[in-house]
Amino acid sequence: MKVSITVNGKKQESDVEPRTLLVHYIRETLGLTGTNVGCDTSSCGACTIHLDGEAVKSCTILAVQADGTSLTTIEGLAKDGVMHPMQTAFMENHGLQCGYCTPGMVMAAIGLLKENPKPTEDEVRMGLEGNLCRCTGYHNIVKSVLAAAGAK
Amino acid sequence: MIPAAFEYKRATSAAEAISLVSQYGSDAKFLAGGHSLLPLMKLRLAQPAMLIDIGRVKDLSYIKDAGSHLAIGALTRHMDVETSKVVHEHAPLLAKAASHVGDSQVRHRGTIGGSIAHADPASDLPATTLALGATYIVQGPKGQREIAASNFYKGFLESDLAADEMLVEIRVPKMQGAGWSFQKFNRRAQDWAIVGVAAWHRKGEAGVALVNMGSTPILATSVANAIAKGASISDAAALASNEADPQSDLNASSDYRKHLASVLVRRALEAASK
Ligand SMILES: Cc1cc2nc3c(=O)[nH]c(=O)nc-3n(C[C@H](O)[C@H](O)[C@H](O)COP(=O)(O)OP(=O)(O)OC[C@H]3O[C@@H](n4cnc5c(N)ncnc54)[C@H](O)[C@@H]3O)c2cc1C
Ligand code: FES
Ligand code: FES
Repeated sequence: MKVSITVNGKKQESDVEPRTLLVHYIRETLGLTGTNVGCDTSSCGACTIHLDGEAVKSCTILAVQADGTSLTTIEGLAKDGVMHPMQTAFMENHGLQCGYCTPGMVMAAIGLLKENPKPTEDEVRMGLEGNLCRCTGYHNIVKSVLAAAGAK
Repeated sequence: MIPAAFEYKRATSAAEAISLVSQYGSDAKFLAGGHSLLPLMKLRLAQPAMLIDIGRVKDLSYIKDAGSHLAIGALTRHMDVETSKVVHEHAPLLAKAASHVGDSQVRHRGTIGGSIAHADPASDLPATTLALGATYIVQGPKGQREIAASNFYKGFLESDLAADEMLVEIRVPKMQGAGWSFQKFNRRAQDWAIVGVAAWHRKGEAGVALVNMGSTPILATSVANAIAKGASISDAAALASNEADPQSDLNASSDYRKHLASVLVRRALEAASK
C-alpha cells in the first residue's frame, strides 16, 4: 500500500505492507535508526516518536495508520547542527548512561513539556511513566527534564 | 514481533465502516487506536484477515453536554477524556479513570470505544462506565440500538456487539455532584490494575464496579444495595466480592484479590463520602 508520510520535515513516499510496524518503517525503510526497539510490547517507550506533535509508541502503530501524518524522530530535533534544548539538558545533567532508552526519553520529555511546560518533579516522574531505563538512571533523567523546563 | 499478513481498508464514516465489515464478515475487525488489537496481533493471538481502520472517523471523536448526560464519541481518545473540562465538571470519576490508562503515549492513541468494545475485565473504563450507569449506542446495518452497560459484557473479551456492529457513542449520566473515588492497585505506575474500584456515593445511594475481579467488569450490586439500606461503609465493603469470581494468576491469588476488593471498596466509599 502506498503511504505518504512527512518525516522530520521531508515528505516520504513508500510502498509498504499493511502489517509493517511504524518503527520498522522508520528504522528499515527510511534507515533512521535513532528510534530504538526495546520491549516490542508497548511497555518501555524506547520507540517513542512524535506523530502530529504527540508522543506515541511507534512499535504499536502500523505504518499505514500514519499515512498523511507528520512525524518527528530523534534525528529531526537538532536544527543546523545545534541540539534541541532537551538534548543539551540530557548531556549536561548526565541524563544517559548506555543511551538505549535516551531517544525515547527525550521524545517523551519534549511531549511532556508541551502539555505541561512547568512540571513539578512528581509530574515529570509520572509523565515519563511509559519510559523505562534499564540502567535505572531516573534521577538524572528527571533532573535533565526539570533543567530543560527552566526549573533549575 | 510482526503481525500475520492482512488486508487494510480505511473508513471515513461509521456507515462506510459497517458496510465494509458486513462485506468481509467475521474475518474482519475494526482498528481504532490499535492499542489492544495490535499487541494481540503481534503475538498472533489475533489474526484478522481484514482490518478496517476507523481511527480517522473524525466525527466520532467528540464530548458533548447533552443535558442529563454526557455524550462521548467512541473514537475519543483517553487523553481527550482525561483533559476535558466538561468531563471534569460532570463525570470527574471518568476523567480520573482515563488518566490511569497505561501511560501518556498509550492515552494519545487508545480510544474509549476501543476500550469498551474490547471488553477486557482488567481495563479501567468498562468498569468505570458500568459504575456510572452508562448506556452504549451501537450501529449496525439496520440502524442504531442502545445497550445498558450492565447488559453489555458477556464474558472474557466478549460483549453484546455483533460482528457487523460498531460502538458509536457512550452516554454517561451526569454525576450531579456525587462524591467519587477511583482506586487502582498495581505494582508499577503504568501497569494494569491487579484490582481496581470505581465508586460514587451520594446520601444513601452508591454505584460500585470492580476491575479485574472476574471474566467481565463486575457491578458490585450487593455493596450498593447495602448502602441503600443504611449499612455502614465497612459492612457494605465486606460484600465487595459477592458478584465477583476472580481468577488466580502471577500477580495475585483469587483470595488475595477478594481481600483487596473489600479493602479498596472501603477506601473508595470513604473517600467518596467525604
Ligand atoms: C502498554 C499498554 C498499557 C495499557 N494499560 C492499560 C490500563 O492500565 N488500563 C486500561 O484500561 N487499558 C490499558 N491499555 C489498553 C488501552 O486502554 C487501549 O487503548 C484500549 O483497551 C483499546 O482501545 P483502542 O482504541 O486502542 O482499540 P483497538 O486496539 O483498536 O481495538 C480493540 C478491540 O475493539 C474493537 N473495536 C475498537 N473500536 C471499536 C468500535 N468503535 N466499535 C466496535 N469495535 C471496536 C476492535 O476491533 C478490537 O477488537 C493499555 C495498552 C497498552 C498498549
Ligand atoms: S519498543 Fe515500543 S514501547 Fe518498547
Ligand atoms: S541509559 Fe541505559 S537504558 Fe537508560
